[in-house]
Amino acid sequence: MKLFSPRLRAQIKKEMLSILRDPRARIILIGPPLVQLLVFSFAATLEVKNASIAIYDRDGGPWAQQLAEDLAAASFVGPVYNFHRPEEVKSAIEQRRVLLAIEIPETFSRDLSAGRTASLQVIVDGRRANSGQVAYSYVEAVAANLGAKIHPPGPRTDLVAVRHWFNPNLTYRWFVVPSLAGILAMFTSLMVTALSIARERELGTFDQLLVSPTTPMEIIVAKTVPALVIGTTLGMLMVLAGSIFFVPFTGSVPLLVATMMLFILSNVGVGLMISAICATQQQAILGAFAFAVPTILMSGFATPVENMPKVLQWIAEAIPLKHFLVIVQGAFLKGSPLDAAWANAWPMALTAVATLGAATLLVRSRLH
Amino acid sequence: MSAEPAPGAQAAAPSGSRRRRLLALVRKESLQVVRDPASLIIAFVLPVVLLFLFAYAVSLDIQKVRIGLVLEGDGASAHSLAAAFSGTRYFAVTPARDRREVEEALVTGTLKGYVVIPQDFERRLNSGGTLGSPVQVVTDGSQPNTASFVASYAQGVIQYWLAASGGGLAASTGKRTVPAIEVRPRFWFNPEIESRRFLVPGAIAIVMTMIGTLLTALVLAREWERGTMEAILSTPARIGEILVGKLLPYFVLGLVATLLSAALAVYVFGVPLRGSWLTLLLLSATFLMPALGQGLVISAIAKNQFIASQLALITGFLPAFLLSGFLFEIDSMPAPIRAFTYIVPARHFIAALQTVFLVGDVWSVMLPNMAKMLALGAVFFVIARLKTRKSLDV
Repeated sequence: MKLFSPRLRAQIKKEMLSILRDPRARIILIGPPLVQLLVFSFAATLEVKNASIAIYDRDGGPWAQQLAEDLAAASFVGPVYNFHRPEEVKSAIEQRRVLLAIEIPETFSRDLSAGRTASLQVIVDGRRANSGQVAYSYVEAVAANLGAKIHPPGPRTDLVAVRHWFNPNLTYRWFVVPSLAGILAMFTSLMVTALSIARERELGTFDQLLVSPTTPMEIIVAKTVPALVIGTTLGMLMVLAGSIFFVPFTGSVPLLVATMMLFILSNVGVGLMISAICATQQQAILGAFAFAVPTILMSGFATPVENMPKVLQWIAEAIPLKHFLVIVQGAFLKGSPLDAAWANAWPMALTAVATLGAATLLVRSRLH
Repeated sequence: MSAEPAPGAQAAAPSGSRRRRLLALVRKESLQVVRDPASLIIAFVLPVVLLFLFAYAVSLDIQKVRIGLVLEGDGASAHSLAAAFSGTRYFAVTPARDRREVEEALVTGTLKGYVVIPQDFERRLNSGGTLGSPVQVVTDGSQPNTASFVASYAQGVIQYWLAASGGGLAASTGKRTVPAIEVRPRFWFNPEIESRRFLVPGAIAIVMTMIGTLLTALVLAREWERGTMEAILSTPARIGEILVGKLLPYFVLGLVATLLSAALAVYVFGVPLRGSWLTLLLLSATFLMPALGQGLVISAIAKNQFIASQLALITGFLPAFLLSGFLFEIDSMPAPIRAFTYIVPARHFIAALQTVFLVGDVWSVMLPNMAKMLALGAVFFVIARLKTRKSLDV
């Protein structure tokens, strides 16, 4: 029993060769994505470490010194600048030399010794409000600890018991690595297919297909199979690397392979559509970028989908990456919950059918 | 190394004809850009789409997070606390009576966490901690940001509820309800902490990277691929002239796209521009040096559009997105990666751009960043010059 006819198999082989023949292309398909996975998984962190802070101590009393010591010893703090004039604080913030500045008022130690509530002003660089907010909450915690030391019971800290499922220490890397595997596999499969038809049209070899007995369906299948194989292999390689170096993999490998193939297929469909529309490779690459960039932004990688306006959330339902991120995160951390996999697999299947169908129609119209 | 003609051959050409040659080259390349719909789409449509997404879709601002609320207790204060959770604008609450009802939703991701108010809530609250915490919060840690948001705001809701209604309860156990040290934040330049204000400059840098690096790399790689580069190299035009002719149209295109993006940011999306337009333009012009230089280097190395696009993606676009400091804080990265970010031109551009938008023309920020961008640009141009020889590859 043969899955494909000899003619189709020959075409698939030819497409495979046209991608992998160039040794530089072979290297660039596999090497850089793995390096990127490594670099970006370390770089993409929302935890704040090694932050430069300024302390403007107008008090000079014992508690102010204690607070300064506690802050300097805190794990999120890098370089500490001690300032004595408000202008120094202003220019340090303006020039981005510090993320935040802590102003200790004159009455700080006196208030604390007298049992009154002492206040503390924290000035944060609003250009970096993202990490500034995180660092600010760390400062709050340092201050609360000191306060509790000075006036023992302090506010109740036993009110809430918090447990984080799937990722008890909220390691951000556990979120980034699976997501990056999806994003990088998407880029590769998209790029490989976006170029395929456009290159034939640019070089004129597409015209040869006109006089050959090939059908549009065969052309699409022949261009889909190599991209599917390369994309899925790359995606699973990254999952493997991720699970060795960074994140525990708790889910089901066969389920992930199957859904990964659906995900790659839906991107291949988009890539082929772009490729059939564009007359040159340059247009096709730009088209692929024009699709990929908004896709990443709306996929829930940068920020949660729920934060977006309703209309954009509906559009996001059609984005394969959005669904695959849920699946791949589930496969790493949640033991591949079946209903979540199913709920996100069928939208991808739908996109795959729609885009591959549209690509076939586009190729047919180009052939006639 | 270089098979350039002897200097004497060049000196023979009078300066007037050289200028005409350069103008002709610039004119030819400009026509090519204007005739190509793809370049124009990237320059004018993509900025609009990207800015729109950065202004609305990529929001780090606090929104209603879907959580479950398991009310096991039936006392008056348990109900009052449950009402406090339902009333807050930070959470969209799904009520439940049994925690098994919401556990499944946490696994599938429809809920981001749940809060349990247990049967003996009142007794735990008044016991002063000997019976365990009165409230339990469970979050979906697979999305760490949302998880920590749920945990800290749940704590906030309870503290607030206790201060408002249960103050007597806490006082009776002899606890202070006010902290000994009160911390007050002030976010300079962005008091409402709108993420749009620091994300939009990042969007501009990404648009510029696409035009400067990706588009340039592709256009030149195509010339190498088709052999037209070699054809033009065989003319009397000097390499410098050829490169200037190729890059100038993209330089102008990049500046126009920046102005368009900035105008959209200021007049449509309400991002303040506290510095001057002139400084903004100057910064963008400076950034285009390393961006175009990088595109040039990529095309000279790749000489093939597929490889050029991958290189531009890997060395240009993704670093501008992830290593430039507008989404992820550079100081928090490990030292080797931190060192690497210095050669990402977008890093210096975004630092200066955020300052121009939110602070003003602070030259002590602009000048060092501009100097670094120019230095990177110079390095890229030297590499490109070395890689582009007036000879055919053997």
